[in-house]
Amino acid sequence: MHICIDDYLLDIVQNSFEAGSSLVELTFAETGTKLSCEIRDNGKGMNAEIQRRVLDPFYSDGEKHKKRKVGLGLPFLNQACEACEGTFALQSEVGIGTTVSFSFNLNHIDTPPMGNVVSTFLVLLSHPLCKELVIERSLKTEKGGETYMLRKSELEAVLGPFETSGILSLLRQYLASQEEELEQYREKTHLDVHRRNTSPSRKQEM
Amino acid sequence: MAKMTLEELRKLREKKQNEIQKRDIEGKDARIIVGMGTCGIAAGAKPVLDTFLEVLEEKKIDNVSVTQTGCMGLCYVEPTIEVIVPGMPDVIYGNVDVETARMIVEQHIIAKQLVTDHLFDRPAADIIKKDGGK
Repeated sequence: MHICIDDYLLDIVQNSFEAGSSLVELTFAETGTKLSCEIRDNGKGMNAEIQRRVLDPFYSDGEKHKKRKVGLGLPFLNQACEACEGTFALQSEVGIGTTVSFSFNLNHIDTPPMGNVVSTFLVLLSHPLCKELVIERSLKTEKGGETYMLRKSELEAVLGPFETSGILSLLRQYLASQEEELEQYREKTHLDVHRRNTSPSRKQEM
Repeated sequence: MAKMTLEELRKLREKKQNEIQKRDIEGKDARIIVGMGTCGIAAGAKPVLDTFLEVLEEKKIDNVSVTQTGCMGLCYVEPTIEVIVPGMPDVIYGNVDVETARMIVEQHIIAKQLVTDHLFDRPAADIIKKDGGK
């Protein structure tokens, strides 16, 4: 199992990159009580038989690691969503792409902490197989909210390739400044601060 | 910190580029590859990658290549990372937490000495042919 919601997210968006997608779109939308997330890719897709089997932790197509008998990314996420009255859905068509949507009920006691959204976006944007990634991140309530968009091609046009430590630090600084607006809104509206971007220390967990 | 615009980001980038050109390059051609498979993520590879960037930024080393790969076949000692520094053996470190990450920058990248307590050889044989751990 992963510790935080953002770890599940990172794990499954990587699938989209590895499926040869030229475009991956990620919506990461939070309200005071719910997190809804959708990942749409135009990768190779999966047939009905594979779609049926991917939620089985003992299924893997064996393409990445020849002798491996497990594939845990999607089963982990599915299990985590089920455990906290969230939702999970998978749609896919061979040659067209795959869409994974899931949600977490943020008030449920078994919902994992959010984790560090900035780091996760940074890791996703700089993934070696990520060609184009568009992220729409929002925090909205009935009264209003904050949204920001990230587009890999746009950021890379400004910074150059996301390869060296200096460039990645600049990118992180930029992402942090976007996320901070959301955090300010969260504080202003007194939303549950318990779910903020605090990742529990790994030592405590172990 | 107010929300940064792309134009402000561009200016920061230009400023940084000038600084790099002026400085004698310390981490030149050094590479850090972080294992970011399901096993790595579960064991905390993300905070480790964060720490590398943080410490390198702190030491003002801008030119170390920091990339990610999938599982290197050493799931039992995740988080695992590979470090390649010219003139030193290519190594894989295991059980890398944030403190170890800091030590790897200070001791391996800067002082050119191996962090022997966390040395875990090369990728496992069945993995190495396929993707070479890269």
